[in-house]
Amino acid sequence: MKNNERTRKNIIIEKRASVSPIITISITLISIVMALIFVSVFLFAKGYHPVEIYQMMFTRAFISKYGLTETVIKAIPLMLAGLGISIAFRMLLWNIGAEGQIYMGAFAASGIALAFPDLPRIVLLPAMLLAGFVMGGLWALVAAIPRALWKVNETITTLMLNYIAILWVSYLVFGPWKDPQGFNFPLTREFSEGAAYPLLFGTRVHFGIIIALLVALVLYVVLNYTRWGYEIRVIGESESAARYAGMNVMRNILLVMFLSGGLAGMAGMGEVAGVAHRLQAGVSPGYGYTAIIVAWLGKLNPWVIVLIAFLFGGLTVGASAVQSVGLPAATSVMIQGAILFFVLGADIFMRYRISFNRKREEG
Amino acid sequence: METTIWVTVLTAAVTAGTPILYAALGELLCERSGNLNLGVEGMMLVGAMSGFSVGVSTGNPWLGLVVGMLGGGLLALVHAFLTISLRANQVVSGLALTLFGTGLSAYLGKSMVGIPFAHSFKNIAIPGLSQIPFLGPIFFNHDAMVYLSYLLVPFLWFYIYKTRWGLKLRAVGENPAAADAMGVHVFLVRYIHVVAGGMLAGAGGAYLSLAYSPAWLENMTAGRGWIAVALVIFALWDPFRALVGSYIFGGLDVLGFRMQAYGISVSPYFLRMLPYIFTIVVLVLVTIGYRKKRIGAPGALGLPYDREER
Repeated sequence: MKNNERTRKNIIIEKRASVSPIITISITLISIVMALIFVSVFLFAKGYHPVEIYQMMFTRAFISKYGLTETVIKAIPLMLAGLGISIAFRMLLWNIGAEGQIYMGAFAASGIALAFPDLPRIVLLPAMLLAGFVMGGLWALVAAIPRALWKVNETITTLMLNYIAILWVSYLVFGPWKDPQGFNFPLTREFSEGAAYPLLFGTRVHFGIIIALLVALVLYVVLNYTRWGYEIRVIGESESAARYAGMNVMRNILLVMFLSGGLAGMAGMGEVAGVAHRLQAGVSPGYGYTAIIVAWLGKLNPWVIVLIAFLFGGLTVGASAVQSVGLPAATSVMIQGAILFFVLGADIFMRYRISFNRKREEG
Repeated sequence: METTIWVTVLTAAVTAGTPILYAALGELLCERSGNLNLGVEGMMLVGAMSGFSVGVSTGNPWLGLVVGMLGGGLLALVHAFLTISLRANQVVSGLALTLFGTGLSAYLGKSMVGIPFAHSFKNIAIPGLSQIPFLGPIFFNHDAMVYLSYLLVPFLWFYIYKTRWGLKLRAVGENPAAADAMGVHVFLVRYIHVVAGGMLAGAGGAYLSLAYSPAWLENMTAGRGWIAVALVIFALWDPFRALVGSYIFGGLDVLGFRMQAYGISVSPYFLRMLPYIFTIVVLVLVTIGYRKKRIGAPGALGLPYDREER
C-alpha cells in the first residue's frame, strides 16, 4: 500500500484494497444526480423547466400503478440482457451485440410460435424460450468464434451483427412473414393463446419477470460458489495466468459468449411472448444498448443489476411521459449516456481513497 | 455504356466513402496515441447535427463544418478527460460517448428534421483534371470537402511519419513510459490527438448533413462511425490505406441502390446488410493476416497511462 501513496500538498491519494457495496451504491446514486443536473443544462437551453420534467418522469415511472407496471415490463429485457452482458464483461469480452441477440431471439421464438400455433402452452412456451436462448447464443457465437480463434475484435463484430439482425427481422415482417390481414403493417400474425406468457398479479406484468429473477439467482450462485464461476473470474483478470493454471480459455470464451447472447435472446423471446404477441420491426427500442450501462453500473453483481434494470426501466417510461410536452424519446438515451459519464468519472473515487491533511507515512 | 455505369458507381463510392474517411482518419490519429475511442458514431452524429444547425441558420456550409468539428471535438474532450486524466475504461467511455451523442443530437436536432438545406457543399469540377477520361469524373467532379480529404490524407501521412510531433505521437502510442522518460508530455500528446480525432469525426458527420444528404435525420450515420473504427484496423493505422478502405466501403454503400436500378432483384434489406457483413469479413481476414505477419496495433492501445505504475 505504501508504494501507492503520494502526497500532493495535503491531499493523499491511495489505492483502496476493496470497495464496500455501500460505497458502490452511494457513488452510483450521486453520479445519477450529477448526470441529471448536467442534462438539465440542455433541457434549460431548449426552454424546458428541468425540475418539472424530472418530476413528470419520476411520477409517471414510479408513482402511478400504470406507470409502475410499465416500468417493470421494460425492466424485464434490461435484466435478462444486462445479466447476459455482465457475464461476458466479467471475462473482459466486450459483447455490445445484445440488441441484435434480442432481435434474433425474438425471431426464433416467433418462428416456433407461428409454426406450431396449436401446441399447448406448457409445451409451446418452453420451446419458444429454448429457441430464443439458442438463437441468441448462436448469434453471439458468430462473433465469439473469430474472437476465440484469432482474437478478432468482438466489439466491432457484435455491433455489426446488431445491424444485420435488425435488417433480417425487418425483411421478415415486411416480406415473407407479413400478416396478410394486417393492412400492410410490418407485423406478423398475432400468436395463438398458447404462445403468450401468463400475466401476473392481475396486471400487464408477464411471466418473464419470474424468469429474469430466476436467472439472476442462478447466476449469483454459479458465479460465486462454483469452480466455473471462479475460472471465468480468473480468465477475466489474467488470461495468461488462467492458461498457466490449466484452464481452457478458448472453450470458456465460446461458452460465456453463448450464454451471454442466449440470455439476450431470452429477453427477445419475452418481448414477443409477453408484450407484443407478434414479431414486429421495432422489437427492441434499444434495450440491448441500455443493458450495457445496466451491466456496467451493476458492477457485474446480479442483484444490483436487477435493481438498476428497474431504475432504467423507469427512466425509459419516464422519457415516454415527457414526449407529450415535445421532448423526443431519445432524451432518455442522452440521460443514460450522461449517467455513464459520471459513473466512469466517479470510478476513481472507488479505486482510490482521497483524504486531506494527513502526513505521509515514511516507507 | 458499360463505362458510364462504372463511372456513376465509382463517383458515388467516393462521395459515400468520404464521411467514413474523415471519421477513420480521426480515429487513426486517436489510436496512434494509444487511446481507443469507440465514440465515433456519437461524435459524428453531434457533428452532423450541430454543423447542420449552423449551416442552416447562417446559410454558410463552411461555418457549419467548423461548428460540427467543434462539436465532435468537445465530445472527444470528455472522453479524453475520463480516460486520460481519470484513467477510466476506454471501451466503456467510448460507448457512453456514442449513447450520449446519439441522444443529444436527437434531442437538440428534433426541430430540424425535414428542413431543406439549399446552401450545401456543391460539386465543383476542377478545370483540366476533371477532363481526364474515366478518372476525371470519378475523382475531380466533387464538392470542396472531398478535395479537402484528398489533401488531408498525405498531410496526415507526412505528419505521422516525417515530423517530430509524429514521432512523439507514435512513441506515446507504442510505449508511453519510454516516451515519458524521453521527456515527452504523454498526457498532452494524448489529449491533443483524441480531441483532433473527435474533430475529424465531427467533420465526417458534418459531411453527411451538409453535403451528402443534405439534411438532418435522427441517427443518420447508421453505423458509419463503427465501420470507421473497423476500417482503422483494416488500414493498419495508415492514412493511405484508410483512403482505399473508405472508398471500398463507400462502394458497397451505393451498390445496394445501384443494383436495384439496374434491375437485379435482391431484397433491399439484404443489400443494406452488405457493408456490415463486409466489415465483419474484412476484420476477420485482416486480423488473421496481420497475426501471421506479426504486424499489430500501437503497443499501448487501450491502456491508460499511470505514471506511478511504470
